[in-house]
Amino acid sequence: MANNEINDTKRKNNKSAQSYWGEVLYRLRKNRMAMICLFILTIIIALCIIVPWVSPYGIETTNMDDAVRDQRPSEKHWLGTDKIGRDLFTRLFYAGRISLGVAIAVVFLECLIGVILGSLAGFYGGMVDVIIMRFAEIFLSFPFMIITITISAVFGNSISTLIFVLAILSWPSIARIVRGQILTLREMEYMEACEALGISDMRRIFKHLLPNVLAYVIVYATLGMASVILTETSLSFLGLGVSPPTPSWGNMIQEARNTLIIQQKWWYWIPPGICIFISVMCFNILGDGLRDAIDPKMKR
Amino acid sequence: MKNYIIRRILQMIPVFIGILFILFFILEQAPGTPVSNMMDPKMTPEQKAELAEKLGLNTPWYERFVNWIGEAMKGNLGYSIKHKKPVLEVIGDYIGPTLLLSLVSLGISVLIGIPAGVISATKQYSLIDNFLTIFSFIGISIPAFFFGLLLLKNFAVDIQIFPLFGLRDPLLNSDNMFVLAKDIAWHLFLPSIVLGLQSTASFMRYTRSSMLEVIKQDYIRTARAKGLKEKTVIYRHAFRNAVIPIITLLGFWIPLLLSGAVTTETIFGLPGLGKISVEATLTRNYPLILGINSILAMLTLIGALVADILYAIADPRIRYD
Repeated sequence: MANNEINDTKRKNNKSAQSYWGEVLYRLRKNRMAMICLFILTIIIALCIIVPWVSPYGIETTNMDDAVRDQRPSEKHWLGTDKIGRDLFTRLFYAGRISLGVAIAVVFLECLIGVILGSLAGFYGGMVDVIIMRFAEIFLSFPFMIITITISAVFGNSISTLIFVLAILSWPSIARIVRGQILTLREMEYMEACEALGISDMRRIFKHLLPNVLAYVIVYATLGMASVILTETSLSFLGLGVSPPTPSWGNMIQEARNTLIIQQKWWYWIPPGICIFISVMCFNILGDGLRDAIDPKMKR
Repeated sequence: MKNYIIRRILQMIPVFIGILFILFFILEQAPGTPVSNMMDPKMTPEQKAELAEKLGLNTPWYERFVNWIGEAMKGNLGYSIKHKKPVLEVIGDYIGPTLLLSLVSLGISVLIGIPAGVISATKQYSLIDNFLTIFSFIGISIPAFFFGLLLLKNFAVDIQIFPLFGLRDPLLNSDNMFVLAKDIAWHLFLPSIVLGLQSTASFMRYTRSSMLEVIKQDYIRTARAKGLKEKTVIYRHAFRNAVIPIITLLGFWIPLLLSGAVTTETIFGLPGLGKISVEATLTRNYPLILGINSILAMLTLIGALVADILYAIADPRIRYD
C-alpha cells in the first residue's frame, strides 16, 4: 500500500502528467482481477467472432446420420452434436454472438435514452424534470420480468423487439445517475462562465456537462452488460426471448428441461451455462474495477 | 410525518395509473380480439358483431380503460376463460407459493447476507473478506435457471434427496399439519436456495460497502477514541447507521424477487404466480396478464412506499416536510 502511494507521488511530480483518462487506465491496470476479466472477455468475444467463421460445420447444418447426431464430444465435434446433428461447438459461439450482440445493443440504446433524458431533466429542472422523472418512476415500478414477457407475447419475440423492450425498461436507472451528476455539475463555477459567455444550452449540455458524466456512464454500461446478458438468457430459456432455430446461450439450455439430457448429456447445456456465468462475472468484476479506477475515493 | 406519508401515497396514485395505462395500451396492440379467442367457429359475422357489441368491444379503448379501472376498484379484475374463474380468484389460488418462496429467500438473504457483509467490511482485505467477495461475485453472476438446473441434476436426479417437481407430494395423504408443512419445506428447499443466492450476494455487497462508508466517518473515530470496545463501536455505532440504506434495498427487492420467482418456479414446477404468468402469456390470456401485472405493480409501489417510510423513521436526519 505504502509503496503504491510513493509511486503515485512520483507520478504526480512527473512533468508528463497523465490526462484524466490516462490516470484511470493506470489505476485499472493495477487491478489484477479486473485485467484478468478483461482478458477473458476479449478471448470470449474473439472466439464468438472467429469460431462460426472458420468452423467446417455450418450453424444450421444438420446431419441425421445416427453415427453423427446426438454424439458425445469427440475430436471431430469438440462439444458433441445435438439431436439433429448440429455441431454444438460452432453453435455455442454463434449463440455467443447473439447473446453478446443483444446485450451490446440494449446497453447502447438504454444509455442513449437515459443520458439524453437524464441530462435534460437535470439541466432544465422544473416541469421537464418532474415529467421525465415521473416517467422514470413508472418504468422502474413495472414488474420487470413479467412485463417483458407480456410485451414479447404481444409483439412477438423477434430479436429487435427484445432489444427495444429491454432498453425501454432499463433506461431509468442511468437517467437517474446522469441527472444526479448534472444537478451537481450545473452549480459549478465553470457553468456560470459558460452562461456568461452566452454558450447555447445544447452546447453546454453536450460539450461541457456530459463529458464529465461519461465515466459514470461507462461504469454503468459495463455492469449493465452483465445484467442484460442475465435477463436475455433467462427470457430465452423460458422461450420468450430469442427463439430457435437462432441460438442464444439461454435457449440452448432449454434442452436441459428434458430429464434424459439433464441426467446424461452434459454437453447440451453445461457449456452455454458456463459461458453465461463467466461473461456475466467478468463484466461485473470489470465494472467494479472501473468504478474504483474512476473514483479512487470510493475504493472499497 | 403523517403529512409525509399522505403526500407519498398521493404521489403514488398517478404513477400507478400511468403503469396501468401503459399496460392497457400494450395489450390493446395484441393481435386478435377477445371475440376471436372465444368464438364458436360456426358463428356468422352478424353474431360476431352482436357479441362484440354486447361485450362492449366497440367502444374506444380509452373508454374501456376507464371502465376497467372502475371495475378494478370494486375488486373485479375480469374473468379468465381458461380457468373458468374470475382473475382475482385465479391470482389468489397461485399467489401463496410465490409469497412463501419470496419471503423464505428474503429471510435467507437478510439473515446471511447482512452479517456476512458486516464481517467482510470489518475485516477488509482479509482472507475471509476475499472469500466472501468472490462468493458474492459468483452469487450475482450465476444465472438462476442454470444454477437451479445444476442443483436439480445433482440433488434430485443423480442423488435423489430432493423432489424434482411441484410443491407437494401427490402421493402423500395426510391431514397432519406437521407432515404437510415438512413436505412443503422439502419441496421448497432447492428453489429457495436458488432464489436466495442472488439476493444474499447482493445484500452482502450492499452491506459491505455501506459499512465501509460508515467506518470512515468521524463519529466512529470519536467512538474509538472514547475507548469503547471494538464490538460496541461496530455493532452499536457503525452498524445502526450502515443498515439505513439497506432498508431502501428491501423496498426495491420485491419486484426483483418476484421476477426471479418466474424462472425459479418454472424450473421447479411450482404452481405460483410466475409460472402462471408465463402460461398466461403463452396462451394469450390477456385478462389474467393484466390482472397479474397490476397486482405486482401495486406490490412494487407499496414496497417502495414502505421502504421510504421506514427510511424516514430510521434516519432522523431526513426531513420529510
